[in-house]
Amino acid sequence: MRKTLATLALGTALTTGFSAQAETVDVGLILSLSGSGAVLGTEMQKGADLALEMSGGKLGGLEGHFLYEDDQRKPDVGKTAAEKLIRSEKVDFVIGPSYSNVMMAVQAPIVRTGTILISPNPAPAELAGANCDANYFSIPFQNDQPAEALGLHMNEKGIKKVFVVVPNYQAGKDVVEGFKRTFKGEIVSEIYTPLEQNDFSAEMTEIKTADPEAVLAFMPGGLGVQFVKQYDQAGLKPMADLYTVFTVFNGVSLDAIGAAAEGVYSVDQWTYDLDNPANKEFVAAYSTKYGTLPSNFAAMAFDAVRLIDGAITAAGGVEDKEAVRAAMKAASFQSVRGDFAFNTNQHPIHAMYIARVSKDEATGALAVRNEGMIVDKMADSYAAECTLE
Amino acid sequence: MTALILEQLLNGLQLGVLLFLIAAGLTLIFGVMDFINLSHGSLFMLGAYFAVLFQGLTGSFFLAVTLAGLGVCVVGLIFELLLVRRLYHRSHLDHVLVTYGLILVANESVAILWGATPIFSGLPESLSTLVALPFGISYPVYRLLVIGVGIVVAAVLFWLVKYTRIGMRVRAGATNRAVVSVMGVNISLLFTLVFGFGAFLAGLAGALAGPLLSVQPGMGETVLILSFVVVVIGGLGSIKGALLAAIIVGLIDTMGRAFLRDFLSAFLSARVASEAGPALASMLVYILMALILFFRPEGLLPMQKRS
Repeated sequence: MRKTLATLALGTALTTGFSAQAETVDVGLILSLSGSGAVLGTEMQKGADLALEMSGGKLGGLEGHFLYEDDQRKPDVGKTAAEKLIRSEKVDFVIGPSYSNVMMAVQAPIVRTGTILISPNPAPAELAGANCDANYFSIPFQNDQPAEALGLHMNEKGIKKVFVVVPNYQAGKDVVEGFKRTFKGEIVSEIYTPLEQNDFSAEMTEIKTADPEAVLAFMPGGLGVQFVKQYDQAGLKPMADLYTVFTVFNGVSLDAIGAAAEGVYSVDQWTYDLDNPANKEFVAAYSTKYGTLPSNFAAMAFDAVRLIDGAITAAGGVEDKEAVRAAMKAASFQSVRGDFAFNTNQHPIHAMYIARVSKDEATGALAVRNEGMIVDKMADSYAAECTLE
Repeated sequence: MTALILEQLLNGLQLGVLLFLIAAGLTLIFGVMDFINLSHGSLFMLGAYFAVLFQGLTGSFFLAVTLAGLGVCVVGLIFELLLVRRLYHRSHLDHVLVTYGLILVANESVAILWGATPIFSGLPESLSTLVALPFGISYPVYRLLVIGVGIVVAAVLFWLVKYTRIGMRVRAGATNRAVVSVMGVNISLLFTLVFGFGAFLAGLAGALAGPLLSVQPGMGETVLILSFVVVVIGGLGSIKGALLAAIIVGLIDTMGRAFLRDFLSAFLSARVASEAGPALASMLVYILMALILFFRPEGLLPMQKRS
């Protein structure tokens, strides 16, 4: 009898032991947390941390664990981090990375093992079309979308002469391709600057001479700070409106640029002043916790964690991978963007907005503020090539 | 067209002057002490951060730039006394290893103190305006100021090196160190002074570049590469060479970026020109360096060196 009791107790302990193990969700986050790429990575970390904190440390009712890995914006470092997370940590989900170049290195090794990968920011064209994957979800957009939406916006505004400046690498070329896909006016000049270039005086002089109606610039991270400051210092702001994608954002970026950023346009899928309950809750919690307005990078990382949370709730756990994937595809969560759905290639169908940097009435801080919707329920240009159901 | 070319020339001159301020310190330290200082870019970064700090404390931009230069000079002196002077008799590889380590330490320290993200560094109202120049050019006042400061620093440097006692010793030290110390000159004091002065110039350059650039950890590395190119083209240890090379590099880089694409499209199709133009423009400076190394390995205006 005694023995039976002991066995029973052991059995119960074992069962509870197993179920306790199954009741945790491990999420690996590969972000650029040091070096010049840290500008975006730290924003994403803040957004993800807040999402977990707001749900009481739980994801879909299970205990949530975050494992951060720093990729230093280097593809090889990112790949090592991905292998560590999959093989030794055996995480259930990976969120990351922060930049397209690292994404191209980590996507295949992660999705091949059946682990679900959610991009909080980069969504290169190569992974949206024929190479789409059932385990790969892009939460923010497809990289070309903001530039495509900007083209539509400029057509509508009747802007005819545009000057384009982007860094000379894949993402820069994607932006120009996306813009050309929709823009009907004339591109008076397109300049590709080396990624390591930080003085733009020659380009500013060229812009002045070309006398365009508007300038399209894509200058990620620290480049954006330098470009917008120098654009203002060169006296170009009154001459041509500056339109940007992925360049200016709330918090660190606008703090570093200062008044020079006022009046700069940006095309975004989310702005902090969007009127929906999920967003209001997010912005209020973020401002309380960090003392600044959230950036779109923080918002997208927040959405990525919420997507996991919603999918686990809908699937009733993480054991059944098929059910989790189906629930993720159904996007059973409240995005801070409001309306949100995944296309067949698991990239978003959502609205794009034109936004402009001006002072927030409540705090007096500069913010990227919504000026109106450009296009609703926008799908990306590559979904048709994807063969996923 | 004249206005465009003149304005681009000014842009090139401004870039050249900034490069000169960094390269002058680098070449002095290399020429006099035979010491390779990779962490020179970190001193540049510190200059930018100090300028922001002092501008917040004093409210005056000019005072902040001066104090930043002096602050970095002090940091440089401390470096020299504690660490660098132990390395002079070691090989170049050891210099490179230690000063590369210093870059990592400097970047991480700055990230801990000020954060890993860019901080704000702006200009006072009076300097963020445009000034009208002949030929219908309107040019930012601040960039003209940078050119002015560079010219003044260059003039002071020449006077120091050419007409003062300390300058004579510096030149002598660069030519033959052993003889100088045999003549009773306190060579270790001389080295400390030169290192501190080099740090001051780097800090000054960083403080001046702050409002143009994004002030963030690692901002020194991109300028460091170009200033090494300047030192190599100008001739190791030569101030005159550094000035000449800095202006040449600044002009070639700017003019290449501005006109190479249009120039190429005269011979090639528009598509090829727009692909090759930017790629070639970013290579021009390095092509020049390769040519100089091939035809004049000692640089344009080398120091006379006897061993």
